[in-house]
Amino acid sequence: MAIAGEFISGTADTRDRSFASRRMSLRASLDATDPQRVNRALGWISVGLGVVELLAPRRLERLIGTGGGNARLVRLCGVREIANGLGLLSGRAPATGAMARVAGDALDLALLARAAQSPQSQPLRLLAAASAVLGVTAVDAYAANAHARKALGEAAGDVTVSERLIIDATPQRLYAFWHNVENLPQVMTHLESVQRVDERRSHWVAKAPAGQSVEWDAEIVEDEPDTLLRWSTCAGSQVRHEGSVRFAPAPGARGTVVHVQIHYGIPGGAAGAALARLLGQDPGLQVKKDLRALKQFIETGERATTRGQPTGQRSFIGETLSRREP
Amino acid sequence: MKAVCWQGIHEVGVEEVPDPHLINPRDAIIKVTSTAICGSDLHLYDGYIPGMYRGDILGHEFMGEVVEVGEGVGNLAVGDRVVVPFPIACGNCFFCSRELYSLCENSNPNAHLAEKLWGHSPAGLFGYSHMLGGYAGGQAQYVRVPFADIGPLKVPAALSDEQVLFLSDILPTGYMAAENCNIQAGDTVAVWGCGPVGQFAIKSALLMGAERVIAIDRFPERLRMAQHSGAITLDYESLDVQEALKDLTAGRGPDACIDAVGMEAHMPGIHGAYDRVKTTLRLETDRPGVLRQAIMACRNGGTLSVPGVYGGVIDKVPFGAIVNRAITVRSGQTHCHRYMRPLLERIEKGEIEATSIITHRISLDDVPGAYQMFRDKQDQCVKVVVQPWQ
Repeated sequence: MAIAGEFISGTADTRDRSFASRRMSLRASLDATDPQRVNRALGWISVGLGVVELLAPRRLERLIGTGGGNARLVRLCGVREIANGLGLLSGRAPATGAMARVAGDALDLALLARAAQSPQSQPLRLLAAASAVLGVTAVDAYAANAHARKALGEAAGDVTVSERLIIDATPQRLYAFWHNVENLPQVMTHLESVQRVDERRSHWVAKAPAGQSVEWDAEIVEDEPDTLLRWSTCAGSQVRHEGSVRFAPAPGARGTVVHVQIHYGIPGGAAGAALARLLGQDPGLQVKKDLRALKQFIETGERATTRGQPTGQRSFIGETLSRREP
Repeated sequence: MKAVCWQGIHEVGVEEVPDPHLINPRDAIIKVTSTAICGSDLHLYDGYIPGMYRGDILGHEFMGEVVEVGEGVGNLAVGDRVVVPFPIACGNCFFCSRELYSLCENSNPNAHLAEKLWGHSPAGLFGYSHMLGGYAGGQAQYVRVPFADIGPLKVPAALSDEQVLFLSDILPTGYMAAENCNIQAGDTVAVWGCGPVGQFAIKSALLMGAERVIAIDRFPERLRMAQHSGAITLDYESLDVQEALKDLTAGRGPDACIDAVGMEAHMPGIHGAYDRVKTTLRLETDRPGVLRQAIMACRNGGTLSVPGVYGGVIDKVPFGAIVNRAITVRSGQTHCHRYMRPLLERIEKGEIEATSIITHRISLDDVPGAYQMFRDKQDQCVKVVVQPWQ
């Protein structure tokens, strides 16, 4: 929980409503243009053009007046178009797919410009081809922009993380451990430090990639002994969020269910970038790792780790991947 | 120190690496006096287990002398001679308290990687991929042992390394495979694969009162070993296994079947070719030829026990046979800790003889070549024991 630490302001209900309404209005404005439908059309165009380029490169060259002799290059363009088209049709990473088309358009225009220097080329046909490409480029650029806006809008709007784990200890012990927030960095190793400022407030410093750090102040806004802690970040923090941790007896007297929920606010600019660094690709993963580390620490007295063990000569990739392990 | 490192598919090398040191309070450092290459190490060698990085120290069967103990380890002292079980288990969690040590919840620091492939994570293992913890293994001169107050078993000086080394994995693994068969008086047990685990499964099944054990392999030396233990042997290259098993059981099928082969089964004919094509195209990760055969052979209401390692997803497994013929399937990485002490007692009493499977004794420098020899079954290789200080 990267964020293990900060918690929440306001009641959960009002918070959830405001997140939801903001998200809905954002969606409504985007639905009117439906960039996804544009992407599908562009996807089919890509595949169709790609197939023609792949199967009949010479005929296509005659049509657009390049002067011929570039069949292999046209076929390569065909492969690119088909890959790009299938990517768009799959619906995954729509903004990336649309941007790839813009890049492809630029490449096509450059190739046409080069073809124009060939003495065998037919300038009128080339001009017509270039106009067609420019027209499609405009649509591609529109789609890329719309998708990028949509992706950013969704990412920034509302990130909610909810993770739970059973730990073999009483709610009392776990609550007490967590309530003393200065305990947490010895378990959650991405936290550099947590300092208690007063009864309710604390200052948090977390490690971010590339040797950077991210700081925030958190205030406990709800405190039910042995059951619940709810916190919120204070004004002026680099990252904003609200969170809670609940301690409930697990069914069958099998310890305690520790349930962490964190709602990240809607940052723009530098704050958004700081938050993204902290969360990485999978916002839930850090919370999950932190809960697991807490479980290890409480149940076994130590955290499972391989940090500092010997290894042979690592490759660059292995070095990078293993450095991120607990 | 010198250590055997994974360097890529079919590439294993001895490298000079730093000595290990205590990291956690419950760690111990062991000076390795004997270690071994396991059949499951060959899955790493062949690149079948994901999450191996260049430089990973291999090996999960090892024993030695305690040279350093953390402040949290009260039951070991410097100088103790111990065998170390291959799963790493905390002894505190839900699973450890139920003696399901290979499912320890607290020993895999990379549990999220295993969850992606398997839904939930089992325990961390020594030298067996980053998905299972990324712990440095024991084919080295020294090794760090986490939760050393739980795993390592002290062994009496009267017993040699070779007599007790296999308590670390293959002896408990073969034993648990037989135990999972719930053997009743009069039972016939069929064992696919007469490698080290298969050999111990055969011995264990007979100890547990099986009437007959049928051993299936294609290498004469391995079949001879099985026969020596008291098994009936079948060479699957010279006969039809299904027909032979029916003949031996009057058509009913064996009461229990043990797949001691796992994910890289060698199968003759069209079945083998099918899985080779599918795994090459990455349409399945493992070759389950033996698993299919064992399911089809097993008698109605019988048990299929799988000590052989599978890693991912497999294809064309006749699950309908399991359901409609009420076959029980039991598997799992071995809960080694549970079996070490009772099996040590059986070794002391002379009820189990473990050393006869050893065919090669080598130094650490010879390990890379031994991987290839063991994989290709050259020189009648069955089990390689390594002395890291020779």
